[in-house]
Amino acid sequence: GGFFLFDGQQSQKRSNCEPMIARGKNASDLFPAVVKNVACKNIEVKKLVYVYLVRYAEEQQDLALLSISTFQRGLKDPNQLIRASALRVLSSIRVTIIVPIMMLAIKEAASDMSPYVRKTAAHAIPKLYSLDPEQKDCLIEVIEKLLADKTTLVAGSVVMAFEEVCPERIDLIHKNYRKLCNLLIDVEEWGQVVIINMLTRYARTQFLNPNMNEDKEEKEKKKTEATAIVKRKPYVMDPDHRLLLRNTKPLLQSRNAAVVMAVAQLYFHLAPKAEVGVIAKALVRLMRSHSEVQYVVLQNVATMSIKRRGMFEPYLKSFYIRSTDPTQIKVLKLEVLTNLANETNISTILREFQTYIKSNDKDFVAATIQAIGRCATNIGEVRDTCLNGLVQLLSNRDELVVAESVVVIKKLLQMQPEQHSDIIKHMAKLTDNIQVPMARASILWLIGEYCEHVPKIAPDVLRKMAKTFTNEEDIVKLQIINLAAKLYLTNSKQTKLLTQYVLNLAKYDQNYDIRDRARFIRQLIVPTDKSGALSKYAKKLFLALKPAPVLESPFKDRDHFQLGSLSHLLNAKAGGYQVLPDWPEAAPDPSVRNVEVKESVRAVETVTARDRGPLGAPQNPRGARGALLYSGEDVKKSEKKSKPRIGSSESESEEDNDSESESSESEEEESEEESEEETKKKKKVGNERLENTPCLAVHAVFTQPPPLPVSVPQTIIPSGNLKTYELLHRITGEGLSVEYCFSRQPFSPDPHMVAVKIQFTNSATSEAKSLHVEDAKLQSGMRIKEFPEIEVLPAGETVSVVMGIDFCDSTQAANFQLCTHTRKFFVSIQPPVGELMMPIFMTENEFKKEQGQLMGMNEITEKLTLEEKCQGEHAVVQRVTTAANLSRVPCGSDKECRFAGKTVTSGSLVLVSVVTKEDGAAQLTVNCEKMVIGTMLVKDILQALTQ
Amino acid sequence: MINSLFLINPSGEMFLEKHWKSVVSRSVCDYFLEAKEKALEPEDVPPVIHTPHHYLISIYRDKLFFLSVIQTEVPPLFVIEFLHRVAEMIQDYFGECSETVVKDHMVMVYELLEEMLDNGFPLATESNVLKEMIRPPTILRSVVNTLTGTSNVGDTLLTGQLSTIPWRRAGVRYTNNEAYFDVVEEIDAILDQSGTTVFAEIQGVVEACVKLSGMPDLTLSFMNPRLLDDVSFHPCVRYKLWESERVLSFIPPDGNFTLMTYHVNAQNLVAIPVYVKQSISFFECGSDGRLDVTVGPKQTMGKTVEGVMVTVHLPKTILSINLTATQGSYTYDNGTKLLVWDIGKLNPQKLPNLRGSLSLQAGAPKPEENPSLNIDLKIQQLAISGLKVNRLDMFGEKYKPFKGVKYITKAGKFQVRT
Repeated sequence: GGFFLFDGQQSQKRSNCEPMIARGKNASDLFPAVVKNVACKNIEVKKLVYVYLVRYAEEQQDLALLSISTFQRGLKDPNQLIRASALRVLSSIRVTIIVPIMMLAIKEAASDMSPYVRKTAAHAIPKLYSLDPEQKDCLIEVIEKLLADKTTLVAGSVVMAFEEVCPERIDLIHKNYRKLCNLLIDVEEWGQVVIINMLTRYARTQFLNPNMNEDKEEKEKKKTEATAIVKRKPYVMDPDHRLLLRNTKPLLQSRNAAVVMAVAQLYFHLAPKAEVGVIAKALVRLMRSHSEVQYVVLQNVATMSIKRRGMFEPYLKSFYIRSTDPTQIKVLKLEVLTNLANETNISTILREFQTYIKSNDKDFVAATIQAIGRCATNIGEVRDTCLNGLVQLLSNRDELVVAESVVVIKKLLQMQPEQHSDIIKHMAKLTDNIQVPMARASILWLIGEYCEHVPKIAPDVLRKMAKTFTNEEDIVKLQIINLAAKLYLTNSKQTKLLTQYVLNLAKYDQNYDIRDRARFIRQLIVPTDKSGALSKYAKKLFLALKPAPVLESPFKDRDHFQLGSLSHLLNAKAGGYQVLPDWPEAAPDPSVRNVEVKESVRAVETVTARDRGPLGAPQNPRGARGALLYSGEDVKKSEKKSKPRIGSSESESEEDNDSESESSESEEEESEEESEEETKKKKKVGNERLENTPCLAVHAVFTQPPPLPVSVPQTIIPSGNLKTYELLHRITGEGLSVEYCFSRQPFSPDPHMVAVKIQFTNSATSEAKSLHVEDAKLQSGMRIKEFPEIEVLPAGETVSVVMGIDFCDSTQAANFQLCTHTRKFFVSIQPPVGELMMPIFMTENEFKKEQGQLMGMNEITEKLTLEEKCQGEHAVVQRVTTAANLSRVPCGSDKECRFAGKTVTSGSLVLVSVVTKEDGAAQLTVNCEKMVIGTMLVKDILQALTQ
Repeated sequence: MINSLFLINPSGEMFLEKHWKSVVSRSVCDYFLEAKEKALEPEDVPPVIHTPHHYLISIYRDKLFFLSVIQTEVPPLFVIEFLHRVAEMIQDYFGECSETVVKDHMVMVYELLEEMLDNGFPLATESNVLKEMIRPPTILRSVVNTLTGTSNVGDTLLTGQLSTIPWRRAGVRYTNNEAYFDVVEEIDAILDQSGTTVFAEIQGVVEACVKLSGMPDLTLSFMNPRLLDDVSFHPCVRYKLWESERVLSFIPPDGNFTLMTYHVNAQNLVAIPVYVKQSISFFECGSDGRLDVTVGPKQTMGKTVEGVMVTVHLPKTILSINLTATQGSYTYDNGTKLLVWDIGKLNPQKLPNLRGSLSLQAGAPKPEENPSLNIDLKIQQLAISGLKVNRLDMFGEKYKPFKGVKYITKAGKFQVRT
């Protein structure tokens, strides 16, 4: 027994220690006192304790373990939010001892009913992985399972886990590729970024380069024409590649800069040249955002603009620089402007540059001068103009500007020195004034290199330099030696002594590079008896024609890093960076992405995230329309597409055949008919949902349709084939597992109740005592008739009881507690609509009469196509009666099957008829006073008949 | 992903830290502080800094640095965008984002950060969801809390995160149902010395304040949607319908949010509402100069231009100024050399003028560049691009909401080169 803090103390503790953590102070002394509060009822205290626990658990492992049992209990809570937050905290406690517990918890949560808990499980995966990388294999299994999840809530988180744990397992993506593409638009923003980046990498390994013909053309220009024609094969884009491009495009309109950037890089790396242009507009829009966003975007635009210049040309002016921009932004904009410069716009750009040169920001001016130099080298027409402009800058008052100009002029002159000896003379004069070492070095190099153009000035410059040699910077000294050597070789008469003098000075310099250089040059140029064979070639060595420097953008070839990544920004591989692979030569098998689509799953999938929302109210005509707006539409389309594929590969598994049919499928294939059908289905979904049932409940109803084995002989009530549902799982129930089924027998104590047969199995090692129902939380009007208490259930035994529930003719779940002598479990029973009725006997005439009275709104008709297995009276009868508790009504025609029943609570009639026609075409009619029941029943029966 | 977050004030003091994975020593910030020392202005600090073991990604906003520590590859924009969301969240909760506010609500900010990231990956960033979990403070509530000992943490379990429309909280009820939309347009322009437009575009944003009960489904349409060059939306807007019919169809979040931003690029469409006649000259000999600025209305579509303000960063070598304004008043800070001329409303009959002499420090050379003028202005009840909201319809709820649209034009980055 411990002691408990008083309430006052407790809250004081919390309010004290939290700010301490936030301010980075050590509050670990309080650990034992705080951990005690973990079981506290107050939610805020609880939360704060969690924060504290996660922060200090690593340092105080033993004490942290005290709290683990609380979370383990939380993991089994009936409330999904509590389960999720328990898992979240448990997995954040970085204590190695609990790794097995965490692993178990994650595995369990990964198959939880609630998508939110599954999402939390995905979040927990990287946490466990970083704590114990040896769990990798187990975790990959969980990831694989979660990747198959169909909810948008989970998708982003699990891909994030995938990227952190096993980014190399690209094979796990195949089966989920199309689904991820289709769900993308509904995933939350952060998940979108992660998924898009991953899919970019995936696409690079699975599809062919859409620009391969153009790229090849460039290469082959050198080769002969003939081979080019032979090699060129028509490129057909894989439909999956197209799917990705199509589904990501709308996200360029996202408000989240990271999403826009992710799509932009995807297009840059994956789209055909002609389509990449769409991203420019969006990227230019981001430039309006915060300066940090601007900084990152400009880095990427700079890289893109080298490869695809045309894309940003229309937006040239958006890159104009304002005097208020931060320097780093200015420099990047300048980079982009330089990349965009071409013959047509260069005059505009140069005029703009002229404004920039006057700026007060000297770093920026220096960058502008460099940019002018680059424009001049790239575009021959403006070289002279640029050069003249730069020469004018030589008389600028600011030394930095002059120095930078000198450096750039030097590079430009190297391209055509003959015509510019006057410029060289002008620069020679500058040596008196310019003090910036780099500029001095550049001038000296220039004079040395072109000494024959300025034969009179060169020796004089050397003379002046010899005088100041000892005070110069190292790079200048090196260039003085260089100049001396060149002059000695061309004009030894005038400069012999000067050169000797300079070399002697250099010989005793403090810097060993300079001493080395002096020794080397002396040996090379001054002929002595010992001098080797090289000195003969000294002139050739020094005065060789040097190629003009190529002024390149620092962003050239940076696109081998995935754009938008940290590595691209730093131009260095960051930890955990996944290399963007090159396109494959031949496309890998596309059929790996084919997915077997089960009917039941499809039904759920059509009800994707935003279809549901609040739009579904039946009286709302926009419900159906609105539902089409988000991803729902696309999901349907692509499934329709993938379906025939499965067929073809089943019949003949010829790869070639398969891929051909894929490529021939054009985008416009979705026919009118299809979309009509979709709309109808959507309407149904809408109608069905009278109230905002949480999505989970809908899931439960749809994913567990009664199974329909064909072999079962036809009976009116197929009692041997009752679908059982799980009420309590063995693990949650700590050894006690409970299943239930709707026995379809009248419940004798109260005819208005549905009989539910409940079967308890005790697989624990000890006996369970006093099993009973308690504390039913029912919707208004619902009633429950408990089963008599089971006093003892020995280990390994099974027992069945029957209880009655009046569901009030609705599919709302009945929630109650199932209690043993030690524990209480929250459970709920949710009836499929077919179980809310009981069969009644009717003659053909009565049926017709009743049907005649239930026309109009009370009648729902659907056309359907029966599956092959389901054509024939027996099969139809069997399937309908399995789906709903109805009895057959005799009928004269063998083309028609009729069924009748009444709802259990209110006794409203339910009439069903199925009329079969040629080729499996059929029509289903349901007449029921209760429209909700009717619509839901239609849905269930349709599903039963078409599966 | 994101490992830690530090909030740092301009003097370099770290006043809040939060770690989502293992604790990173705060000494890692030294690299950042070094870079900050080097930078002349806070805006010049590189957003991404590479240190031996970590990467530091930071934003500067509202005079605070938000610095995050990263250990592995992550898209930098992902982090930057998230940091801005944190700043917006603080602003949203406490009305402003400043050091004092964060220090006053340390516990709450900490709780919010805890909910926003899990293991460094964003978990709940929608303000509607967050507000359901942790209620924003109000004076009344804080009084009640101290008296009764209750707290701001929501005691009901939230369902927002579970919802398929995570941006809207459930069970919204108002007695007065209202929906207001502000169409705000900013003109970004560069004018050269002669007054010719070098570059101009309009950046627009539709800000919404929607207080409607239940789950309303709204449709907003424009008279002339073709004007819009490029748009970005709040996640609630249905992309498909915009693409096909050019209407905004959405289930709004509760409260204030940015519905869309747009961009009008075509230069000939951009009306420049004011013209500026200016001459700033420095005499070659003698340490003197003159300044003469006149502002007048140009294309104002018959509306009054208000809130006109001219801001000039004068050269560093200016010693003092002596100016007279015919309208409004000017302030001059000799430390930052910032001249602000607050004109107010523009009167076409009597154009405001600011003139006078500038004296340079003795011996200082004539400044290379004339300072450029930044213009601020406001025009009520006008969207300068001509964009007009056609109608707003509501579906899904029965009541009649009160609807309103307001237009306003402002100067964005409006610069006149001299």
